[in-house]
Amino acid sequence: MGQTLVEKIINAKAIGRSSVGNPAKPGEIVTCTVDLAMFHDSSGPRRVAPRLEALGAKVWDPTRVVVVTDHFVPAVDIAAANILKLTRDWVRDNKIAHFYDMEGICHVVLAENGHLTPGLFAAGGDSHSTTGGAFGCYMAGYGATEMTGIMVTGEIWVKVPETIRVTWSGKFGTGVAAKDIMLHLCAELGMDNSFKVVEYDGDTVTDMDMSERMVLTNMAAELGAETGIIAADATTVAAIKTAGGTPPEDALEWRSDTDATYVAEHKFDAAVLGPMVAAPHAPANTKPVGAFEDIAVDQCYIGACTGAKYGDLKMAAEVLDGRSVAKSTRLLVAPASTKATAQAAADGTLAILTKAGAIMMPTGCGACPGMGAGILAENEVCISSTNRNFQGRMGPASSEVYLASPYSVAAAAVTGRITDPRTFLT
Amino acid sequence: MSAITGSAWIFGDNIDTDLIISGVYMKLTPEEMTQHCLEAVAPDFAKNVRAGDIIVAGANFGMGSSREQAPQLLKMLGVGAVLASSFARIFYRNALNLGLPALILPEAGEIDPGDRISVDAAAGKIVNGKNGKSYNCEPIPDHLMAMIADGGLMAHLKKKIDAGDL
Repeated sequence: MGQTLVEKIINAKAIGRSSVGNPAKPGEIVTCTVDLAMFHDSSGPRRVAPRLEALGAKVWDPTRVVVVTDHFVPAVDIAAANILKLTRDWVRDNKIAHFYDMEGICHVVLAENGHLTPGLFAAGGDSHSTTGGAFGCYMAGYGATEMTGIMVTGEIWVKVPETIRVTWSGKFGTGVAAKDIMLHLCAELGMDNSFKVVEYDGDTVTDMDMSERMVLTNMAAELGAETGIIAADATTVAAIKTAGGTPPEDALEWRSDTDATYVAEHKFDAAVLGPMVAAPHAPANTKPVGAFEDIAVDQCYIGACTGAKYGDLKMAAEVLDGRSVAKSTRLLVAPASTKATAQAAADGTLAILTKAGAIMMPTGCGACPGMGAGILAENEVCISSTNRNFQGRMGPASSEVYLASPYSVAAAAVTGRITDPRTFLT
Repeated sequence: MSAITGSAWIFGDNIDTDLIISGVYMKLTPEEMTQHCLEAVAPDFAKNVRAGDIIVAGANFGMGSSREQAPQLLKMLGVGAVLASSFARIFYRNALNLGLPALILPEAGEIDPGDRISVDAAAGKIVNGKNGKSYNCEPIPDHLMAMIADGGLMAHLKKKIDAGDL
């Protein structure tokens, strides 16, 4: 019987198991060796270091650890500054091989620096670690104590997940993006797909660049999935090489067998999908943008690992080219990485945004997790290209966040109300 | 592990990690953070929860962030166990790693606020003192019960290190 891509990776890494000899099946619990472990300034050293000290243990393999500062950057108060200093000191003292200090959001930085390759088993101290699956690897998120366990042993237990296959065919219409797919899927599949993996395929997916594919795997977290994954193709291999990484020779062989068993298979047509918006306070509260067109917004936010990569900034610029941000609202743009900022600066994308009146914010997680600049006031309404609109996440419990694509956030910035971005695109 | 008994606090579906503890409080000390726990949905929870009380919730409890403060603060406030018809995966792992029993109870909706609930985590047995009704939960996997019996992942690792197994 065939195996899914995720079953193959887990069996390749599971101690005492193998895909050909005695493969573990969905539902079985196995222990896997970890190829790469990543954490950031919030979940990482400040929480892991005291635990390692209490155990008297050392990092099992500093060459396999990546640390990124992104949640408390740049420091706005002494508490944040101390957290960042602790992070830098720990990285130095433990001779961690890969440290990215204020270079961008961890999931984007991993991709930009060639760390993710097909067949890899990776663990991240952040729930959106699912993003890594866009590169055909298994990457899931864990809490700080469990990341401490990985630091000591280099291993983690996994209940082999069942795989949900999601196939998208057809070409996007104008003003539609991967984000609209994910908001639609949150409503269709629900947010409670625990201990399952979502594998994406179909020509809509293979036509996407890595930036858009990463939106699909990033928001697998909102589906409640173990992770999301997309089999590698020529686009993946080229992106890894451009990023300075080394794709394995068998990169294209890491894919589900044609006779693999899925727990469910869903097929969708991208050509009939329009811009989608998720109302407060859950990503599953999704309807077509037209359902919300009377809603005034105090803030428009382009940010986070989901919606502020270079490609996302380009989408916003397409809408904002030659237009201005309405006086009744404000547009904050926090690019997902310094590389994204540099690329957008080089080709004029940033000039379009700033000329329109966008306020440029530091690279980092920013307002998305409620830790950086751009927090909402009581009863304020925001439309955001981020991934979560949980009550109290980006501000007080009375504030409201609508989730949408960068196109739709930019369109709302022009009018001050939730607006179909196709109004401004031809 | 002996049974834990306390009053039931009832919550609905999809209680997310920002509701349990919002990101805006992440720079506070854990003690300060406990006072904001679940404040948007149960403003009196942090003040009135008593040691041994039991959280009873619907589907997908703890969805969202990997922040371990979510189960950590519940434990600090004295919550004896969390029963839910289903759990978000990271919350489930985090809770067990910290030694906070998390049990999947499909019949969670039958329990009312304030019911006296006894939870025997090791046996997966739950009794409602109000009507004597008992439930058998899906058992926690053996390898995790061994870890919980040691007092959570940290104590489990310490035991292995001291025994020379790591």
